[in-house]
Amino acid sequence: MSEILIETRDLRKTYKTKIKKPRRKWRGTQAEKQAYHQAVAAKMQKERASAEVAAAAGKAKSIRKPKYTYIEVLKGISVQIRKGEVVCIIGPSGGGKSTFLRCLNQLTEPTSGEVYFEGRLITDPFKEVMEKARLENNPFKAFFATQKVKGRNMRTRRDHGSVDINQVRSQMGMVFQSFNLFIHLPAKRNIMLALKEVKGMSEPEAEKRATEALKQVGLSDKADAYPLELSGGQQQRVAIARALAMEPKLMLFDEPTSALDPELIGEVLNVIKLLADSGMTMIIVTHEMNFAKGVADRILFIDQGVVAEDGPPDQLFNNPKNERTRQFLRRLSAD
Amino acid sequence: MADYLFGMDISPITQNIHLFYSAILLTVLISLVAIVLGFALGMLVGLARSSRSRLIRYPATAYVDVIRGTPLLVQLFLWYFGLSVIGINIDPLPAAMLAVGFHSSAYQAEIVRGGIQSIPKGQTEAARAVGMTHLQSMRFVILPQALRLILPPLSNEFVIVIKDSSLAYAISVAEITLVSYQLNARYYEPFTVFLFAALLYLILTYVTSTLMRTLERRVRIPGYGEQE
Repeated sequence: MSEILIETRDLRKTYKTKIKKPRRKWRGTQAEKQAYHQAVAAKMQKERASAEVAAAAGKAKSIRKPKYTYIEVLKGISVQIRKGEVVCIIGPSGGGKSTFLRCLNQLTEPTSGEVYFEGRLITDPFKEVMEKARLENNPFKAFFATQKVKGRNMRTRRDHGSVDINQVRSQMGMVFQSFNLFIHLPAKRNIMLALKEVKGMSEPEAEKRATEALKQVGLSDKADAYPLELSGGQQQRVAIARALAMEPKLMLFDEPTSALDPELIGEVLNVIKLLADSGMTMIIVTHEMNFAKGVADRILFIDQGVVAEDGPPDQLFNNPKNERTRQFLRRLSAD
Repeated sequence: MADYLFGMDISPITQNIHLFYSAILLTVLISLVAIVLGFALGMLVGLARSSRSRLIRYPATAYVDVIRGTPLLVQLFLWYFGLSVIGINIDPLPAAMLAVGFHSSAYQAEIVRGGIQSIPKGQTEAARAVGMTHLQSMRFVILPQALRLILPPLSNEFVIVIKDSSLAYAISVAEITLVSYQLNARYYEPFTVFLFAALLYLILTYVTSTLMRTLERRVRIPGYGEQE
C-alpha cells in the first residue's frame, strides 16, 4: 500500500445558532393566536432540548435560559486516504459531506479534531481552545485563551511556526458546486492568477501552464472567454483546470455536477474520470451514483455526521452492511 | 453680447461673466478635491467597516455614524471657525474641501462596504482555496469586482458632492452660489441669476454622470447581468 496522503482524527464540527424569540404582538383571531403560541412553545421546547444535549456534553454553561442552539454537523470522523486513491463520498443532504470536505482544506475550521496532510498537522491546535470558549459563550476566556506549547504561551497557529495554511491549500485543488470562477477575468487569467500570485510564476510561464491546463479539459478555444459567457459545464471545466494548473497533490470536488443541466453533466464527469485514470488522488462528494460506482476505489457513506459505511463500491452498493446505507440506496433506486 | 434671451434681461450675467470664470473653477476645484479625498478615505473606512475584527470595525462604524448624523453646514463651520479657535487658522477654500471631502467619505464608505459585501462568498472561498492570503483575495478578486459594481451609486455620490460644494458660500468661498447671491443682491434679478447658477451646476453634474457612465461601460464584466 502507498503512503497516507491525508488523514483526519476525530473531526468534529458544531454550529451555534441564536434562538429566535417569538413575536409579541398578535393581530389575528384568538384561535389563530392559540395555535401560533402552541407552535412556538413546541419549537422552543425542541430547541431547549437540543441545548440540554449540548449542556450534557459540556458545551453550554446554563440550560435555564438557552440563547443558542447547537447543531453537530460532524460527530467525530476519522478517515485515512492514501496516495492515488479515488474516494467518493455519498449520503443524504445535510449529513455533513460538504462540511467534511471543507474541513480538509480548512475552508471550514473544525470545532475539534485534527487533519494531517502528508503527515503534517494542518489544523490549528490553538483553535480548539478558542472554539470551546466560543461555544461556552465565554468571551473573556476566548480573548485571553492561550495554550502552553513547549513551555511558551501561544495564541495562534502562526506562533507554532509549523504550517502555513495558504501553502497547504495551494497543494489541494478544490472544485465547487457553483464553479466560483472569478467573473471579472477571462478563463486563462482565472488560471494564471494563482500561478502568478501564489506560486510566483512569471507571466509567460503562467500563460504556458494555463494553456496546457485548458487543453487538458478540452477548452483551448475558450481561453479568452469570460466565465459568464460560458455554459455551466464549460465553467466547471475551467474551474477544474484552475485547480489542476497548481499541480495539486489532492483534488477535492464538492458536488461538481449538482448545479449543471443534465445534458452538461457528462462532459464534466468525463474530465474527472480522465483525471482519476491519470492517478490523481481525489475526494469527490457526489450524488451521481453510477459515476461513483465507476470511478471510485472506495466509497464513504456519511450520514448524520458520522461515516456510516466505508468500503469498495462493489460491497457498498451491492451488499451494504449498514441499515442506513441500505435505506438510502433503496430510496435512490425507488425513483 | 446680447442682453436679452427669450425676453429675459440677462445683462446682470453678461456684464459680470468674468466673475463666473473663477467661480466655476472654484466649484470644480472643491468638488474634485472632495471627490478624491472622499474616495480615498471612503475606501479605507469602507474596508474597515467590512473587517472581521471588531477593533477595526467599530471605530469605522462610529466615524460613519457621526459624520452621516450631522449636517454638512455644521461640519463646515466646525472646520472653518472651530479650527481657528484652537489656533489652527485655515483658509475658507481648504476648509470647504476638507468639510465636503470628509462628509462624502462617510457615504462613500457605506457604498464601498455594500459593494464588498455583495460579492458572493464563493469568490473569496475560491481565492482562498488556491492558496491566496486574505489580502491577496481582497486585492485580486473582491475589490476588482466590487469597484465595478459600485460605479452607479458612486456616480450618484459624486453628483451630490458637486451640489454640496455650494454650501461653501456660507464661509465666503467665491464659488458659483456665492457669486450668484452677490449678483442678485446687486441687481435683484433672482430668476435670471439663480437659473444661470442652476444651469452651471446642471452642466457640471451632467458631465460627471456621463463620464461615469462611460467608465461603467468600459469596465463592464462581459456576460454580467445578461443572463435571466
